[in-house]
Amino acid sequence: MNRYPLWKYAILVIALLVGLIYTLPNFFGEAPAVQVSSAKATLKIDAALVGRVEQALAAGGVKADFVQFDGNSVRARFADTDTQIKGKDAIVKALVPDANDPSYIVALNLASRSPRWLTALHALPMYLGLDLRGGVHFLMQVDMKSALTKKAEALTGDIRTLLRDKNLRHAGITRDGNNVDIRFRDRETLAAARNLLADQLPDLQWSDAPDGSDFKLSGVLRPEAARRVQETAVKQNITTLHNRVNELGVAEPVIQQQGLDRVVVQLPGVQDTAKAKDIIGRTATLEVRMVEESAEAAAAAVGSGPVPFGTERYVERGGAPLILKRQVILTGENLIDAQAGFDSQTHEPTVNLTLDAKGSRIFRDVTRESVGKRMAILLFEKGKGEVVTAPVIRSEIGGGRVQISGRMTTVEANDTALLLRSGSLAAPMEIIEERTIGPTLGAENIAKGFNSVVYGFAAIALFMCAYYLLFGVFSTLALAFNLLLLVAVLSMLQATLTLPGIAAIALALGMAIDANVLINERVREELRGGATPQAAIHAGYERAFATILDSNVTTLIAGVALLAFGSGPIRGFAIVHCLGILTSMFSAVVFSRGLVNLWYGRQKKLKSVSIGQVWKPEPDAAAKA
Amino acid sequence: MEFFRIRRDIPFMRHALVLNAISAVTFLAAVFFIATRGLHLSIEFTGGTVIEVAYPQAAALEKVRASVEALKFGEVQVQNFGTSRDVLIRLPIRGDVKQAEVVGRVFDALCKAEGASTSSQQITTEKGESVSRVVCGELGKEPVHLQRSEFVGPSVGSELARDGVYALLATVAGIMLYLAFRFEWKFSVAGIVANLHDVVIIVGFFAFFQWEFSLAVLAAVLAVLGYSVNESVVIFDRVREAFRKFRKMNSREVIDHAITSTISRTIITHGSTLMMVVSMYLFGGATLHYFALALMIGILFGIYSSVFVAAAIAMWLGVKREDLVRQGPKETDPDDPNAGAVV
Repeated sequence: MNRYPLWKYAILVIALLVGLIYTLPNFFGEAPAVQVSSAKATLKIDAALVGRVEQALAAGGVKADFVQFDGNSVRARFADTDTQIKGKDAIVKALVPDANDPSYIVALNLASRSPRWLTALHALPMYLGLDLRGGVHFLMQVDMKSALTKKAEALTGDIRTLLRDKNLRHAGITRDGNNVDIRFRDRETLAAARNLLADQLPDLQWSDAPDGSDFKLSGVLRPEAARRVQETAVKQNITTLHNRVNELGVAEPVIQQQGLDRVVVQLPGVQDTAKAKDIIGRTATLEVRMVEESAEAAAAAVGSGPVPFGTERYVERGGAPLILKRQVILTGENLIDAQAGFDSQTHEPTVNLTLDAKGSRIFRDVTRESVGKRMAILLFEKGKGEVVTAPVIRSEIGGGRVQISGRMTTVEANDTALLLRSGSLAAPMEIIEERTIGPTLGAENIAKGFNSVVYGFAAIALFMCAYYLLFGVFSTLALAFNLLLLVAVLSMLQATLTLPGIAAIALALGMAIDANVLINERVREELRGGATPQAAIHAGYERAFATILDSNVTTLIAGVALLAFGSGPIRGFAIVHCLGILTSMFSAVVFSRGLVNLWYGRQKKLKSVSIGQVWKPEPDAAAKA
Repeated sequence: MEFFRIRRDIPFMRHALVLNAISAVTFLAAVFFIATRGLHLSIEFTGGTVIEVAYPQAAALEKVRASVEALKFGEVQVQNFGTSRDVLIRLPIRGDVKQAEVVGRVFDALCKAEGASTSSQQITTEKGESVSRVVCGELGKEPVHLQRSEFVGPSVGSELARDGVYALLATVAGIMLYLAFRFEWKFSVAGIVANLHDVVIIVGFFAFFQWEFSLAVLAAVLAVLGYSVNESVVIFDRVREAFRKFRKMNSREVIDHAITSTISRTIITHGSTLMMVVSMYLFGGATLHYFALALMIGILFGIYSSVFVAAAIAMWLGVKREDLVRQGPKETDPDDPNAGAVV
């Protein structure tokens, strides 16, 4: 009765093999590598770069273990750090001819040392969390209110253009929060405007009401449109962050949405928060406005007069004050790209902007009307605006390709382009949580977590083997199998291992032994009750199962609650905790039974089992069973 | 080896009143300390900044405190963390201070106090990874080293606290439903009261000693809740079985029998789990210290409460044979694997 059919053993062997294969990559550690990623948002890295990197290495006489393309970067792995440095030099020489205008970022970092056949099986090591690896973590809140205000502002502009195009005269357009109010002199114009706007701008919900002698048409942003604005704002910010983080050359950056309006950024290997924040925390938005060039404005600029109505005073990068009109012509949303370059005729450094279709149209109209005037590109960081550049419009610019030139060095052009690119954040973001962990602390945490698991496991194993003898050995093997499966599943899922995660592994092992204690106690009880060894084993496993299920369900309830409501470190704990409960069910019941069956199952006339002393209440019947 | 050689049922329930009185006193003491002393919540809940720095020699706490206080960031807490060389600095949230700059400015001040200045450097580690880091003074001979920093904004903190409460409520509701479905409402109430009493006592310990109550501790508390409820489940299973088997026993005898026959398993499993947790406490370092401590207290009180408190409450609630043994013939079949757990 205690014999498994062959297929059950086959399942166990397969589980063991799969467990071993997927756990294996975690033991190889990391080797030095060189990572090549794109320095420009417009430059996409593809598999063709692998060939160029290989050529560069061959030309430099450096031998790499392999060069491979992984999603958005190319990595070459080297045997030691000396070759790594030589490799980096060779790659830089071939791919980055001009250090001032690099197309590629070449950075030193680490790659898994596990052999290629494992990688080919998608057996990859677990990601180490920042608390084990060192690095920076930011949680950023996207300012949705400002995204909505910006949308309303843009819609107000659209309304103005639409009404002018159709020759519908209004008595003023005002924006109040996210609502837009338009005043009309007569009812007929209002009706015509309402039809037009309802047709052209479906994002707004219109209602009209008389307002004194005028007629007022009010537009409210529809909830679904507002939601769409928020979703795109977060997505656009994530994309922008990806581009910026590329510039840091980090090996495995994590940029993810969390909740409705938050973004998590994790940069392993970066300890310099100031620099990281400089790049990712540049919570900037971009606006294009016209410079007010009246006499009053000139007076206000030098501080000898009040700022004229409808204008604001800003400071240009470099210090000179400028008076700008309040009306926003374009925002960062209309800007697709900004790159530094050179003028084909004068060979001066330039900044080249690319606008989207709507932006191009507006820009053409504005430049046609304002040749010879100055426009200003403003960068807003945390509510404060700064004029990045205020060029003079020389001619009408169509087609959405704008070139800004004059009095710039190459470095300045690069800076301006970078600043303008960062302006394409759809909404400002604020850091609401920040964590840095030094690399030594990370290494210590790994050692501490590892030691906790090892010593705890050893203590349990010793106790089980001493108390339950051979059954204790089976239980210990089942526990080891549980650990193997848990690590394999975590590696397969490519989960991020953190210190709380290691604690959860330890706790899962400590709790998993419960199932084996239940089984062993039950077998002893059956033996005490006078059952034959084979019957006792059978009944022990069968009857203990319901209890094991029960106890795991209650533990799982708590685990799932943690998973549902936890965030950050708690999630890591909860995931491992839940998975640990599931793997322990399998290993404690099925695997340990398999071992027992293999050992005892064949013996038809089994006289005794090695499960420690079974004490019987009758003094004369006490005997080793 | 056999630790438990019990000849006849131990009359646990004869002492139920005394045991429950002990529980009630501990519980009330815990509530009292939580109410009067409050919890020393970590910055994850309150918001604020934590900075851990390491010195090559034992740190002069007063000097550290003085240099940080000079920055006027509000009330500063400075203490050793793990060893005498490591220092933990806690700063509250202040509306008028740019939070994102606090860490950098504090480290600058500490570095200046050591007569050096900070600089951002690109370093290649021994393993061959290029890392940018803020270095105080000369690399390799740094008088002070930034180990770790953490800043949590006020909104995040209150959300975490709220989510923590939700997680607790969801766990309690889930477990009660499960017990009510698996057994009967009296057991459900008894089980959850007994185990919530553990939770309150763990939290009471944290309030009394003013240990830091962090997210990890909250996770430990919830894990313990799920873990020790299964203890009650095992005993309730036995109670049900005994009601069926021994028709002449009264409720009190049945409960005594159930506890006696599961006590060896209870102590061995909890002992094993405890070994693992003690190992975490000893080797896990400062980060896992309070996490392991919460688990230790929880497991120890878990044995006590699920054995003595849960069963006693079920008894006071007047659990009877008729409550459990009336589900029809199929349920009473002892060979039915779904009939309930037995140990």
